Amino acid sequence: MDYATLLQLLDTTLRLATPLLFACLAGLYSERAGIFDIGLEGKMLMAAMASASVAFLTGSVWAGLLAGMAASLVLAGIHGLASITFRGNQLISGVALNFVASGVTVLIAQRLFGQGGRTPPLAGDARFSAITLPFAEELRGVPVLGPLYAEVISGHPLLVYVALLMVPLTWWVLYRTRFGLRLRAVGENPAAVDTAGISVVGLRFAAVAITGILCGLAGAYMATALQAGFGREMTAGRGYIALAALIFAKWRPVAALWACLLFGFFQALALRPDVVEAVVQVKVPVPFLDALPYVLTVLVLAGFVGKAIPPRAGGEPYVKER
Amino acid sequence: MERLPRWADVVLVPLVSLLLAALIAALVILAIGQDPWEAITVMVKGSVMDSYGWGYTLYYATSFMFTGLAVTVAFHASLFNIGGEGQAQLGGLGVALACLFIPWPHWTLALLGAATGAALFGAAWAAIPAYLQAKRGSHIVITTIMFNYIAAAVLIFLLVDVLRPDGQMDPATARFPEAAQLPTLNQIPGFNLIFTSNVPANVTLLIALGMAVVVWLLLWRTRLGYAIRAFGKSEAAAKYAGISPFAIIMIAMLISGGLAGMMAINNVMGEAERLLQNSASGAGFIGIAVALMGRNHPVGVVLAALLFGFLFQGGAELGLWTKIPIEMRTVVQGLVILFTGALDVMVRMLLTWGFNLFRGGRVAKGAA
Repeated sequence: MDYATLLQLLDTTLRLATPLLFACLAGLYSERAGIFDIGLEGKMLMAAMASASVAFLTGSVWAGLLAGMAASLVLAGIHGLASITFRGNQLISGVALNFVASGVTVLIAQRLFGQGGRTPPLAGDARFSAITLPFAEELRGVPVLGPLYAEVISGHPLLVYVALLMVPLTWWVLYRTRFGLRLRAVGENPAAVDTAGISVVGLRFAAVAITGILCGLAGAYMATALQAGFGREMTAGRGYIALAALIFAKWRPVAALWACLLFGFFQALALRPDVVEAVVQVKVPVPFLDALPYVLTVLVLAGFVGKAIPPRAGGEPYVKER
Repeated sequence: MERLPRWADVVLVPLVSLLLAALIAALVILAIGQDPWEAITVMVKGSVMDSYGWGYTLYYATSFMFTGLAVTVAFHASLFNIGGEGQAQLGGLGVALACLFIPWPHWTLALLGAATGAALFGAAWAAIPAYLQAKRGSHIVITTIMFNYIAAAVLIFLLVDVLRPDGQMDPATARFPEAAQLPTLNQIPGFNLIFTSNVPANVTLLIALGMAVVVWLLLWRTRLGYAIRAFGKSEAAAKYAGISPFAIIMIAMLISGGLAGMMAINNVMGEAERLLQNSASGAGFIGIAVALMGRNHPVGVVLAALLFGFLFQGGAELGLWTKIPIEMRTVVQGLVILFTGALDVMVRMLLTWGFNLFRGGRVAKGAA
């Protein structure tokens, strides 16, 4: 494999890792606050449909982005209602909302556009276009690093950089702010937070709302930047891969970045079976490459790559003492 | 606040949950500019008004009984098996291998062999997540979801590269031999008086009903069933009583996976008569809804499976005869899971409130 192919592969990796990263960080906020969220997938799908539809109808990708976040927030709200207010089973609620999203997105897209559940292809201002970072062309001549900067780092839609910036931001929020401390506390020991006079319900709803917004960004990126429009089931299990990445990263933001890049790299590899074949000298069937992130996750969960300990109060509804 | 009477808990809670789900579904249909009344008429007409419709409704219900029972057994051990889809696909592989590579003299023997193969493969696919949960504490929900994706990849590989006969384009196995084809209901004496035309519902329906009885006996009439339920209620108490958590997790998941796998004798052996890609077509997931709706009791599961059979067949008719896309049934499925599984506390609160209102009225009258 030559350097140019490697750069291409890394470029694809970054593009494919972005929705995973948004969704993974989304899950991080929720799960750190003690609310399991299997429904990342559904929220992304809902956001993808809403953003593509609104972007097409208004011609503005920004309106689409807002709509995507709003749609994702609606599902997040229902999840919050079921798992925080009514103390329901968080896993079941997530599964249910994934099904609802899977069906409703097609229903709405079909109703709006009548194209078999797709949105019409987006173009121009209805999409996020690639941004060339400063000096990308000037530095291209620098050996090794120049092409890396010009090909891999530069030339992505805005949301890719937003996702990358979300990593330090999340780290800062989680470990350096009062809100972050409380958020982590409510996922470990909600009773203690309650005793300190802070609302467990309020904190958890805030966390679920952040999850909604980030999933909205993930879905909007899928439909308006990565691809040009919405298609049925277009998230294709990315919500679950993000969940896997979150466990792989042991619920830590910086590790989440690396986990998502790794899973993104696997997805990029699955698109280039020829490269894989050239490197390992054996014909590797594409389904194996497709299954790699999932197999890796199981290995991680099995504790072969370090033990992943979830937030202690995760999945359990909080019942206030009387 | 008083507790609900038992009959209300058993009958009213699922009924009200279902009504709420139906109400939201009707609103969704209204929102996409269609007529909910027309939708329900089309669904009823296409699924339960003639024997042809029933043939499909029962066919789907058969699959859902297996997957619903699978989820139920795991639920009683407080394990949430979302892997029914993958286990059913692997079950399909077991059926296909049994039917293709063993020359069966008669369909009854083929059925026995294929059912064993299906159950073994399904159970094997559930065994790894079960072991990881029991020994390493890996969360079974995530591992079973992962195994669904891995199963899909494994089957695509096998169907494209290994089992596909030469010269065939679509990724599927060869057709099963004549001797491995199950009689459909219209070919069984007695049933053929009702089912006059060719229907996909087949002899597997009787096996599914039999399995419901077996699961009931297992859970409520055997020592093992008691151990499973005790473990599900309280792991600490079960441990104290000398029940091995490892054994219970393994056994419950193996039974669960086996039941999910056995679904394949209905769809792969009984209907498609060859193994196709994505053979379970979502039935594994519907098992979750069926188990929740059926309150984790075999009788409830059979009834809920019939309801979902109706929804599935009716939904297909919607896709054919109205402008409502077939995806409507996924929405209904999600809504039923949401209301029966996640918002059951809300439904209970509503009902308790209603009961108290009623009782309060009576008490006030009595006092006056």
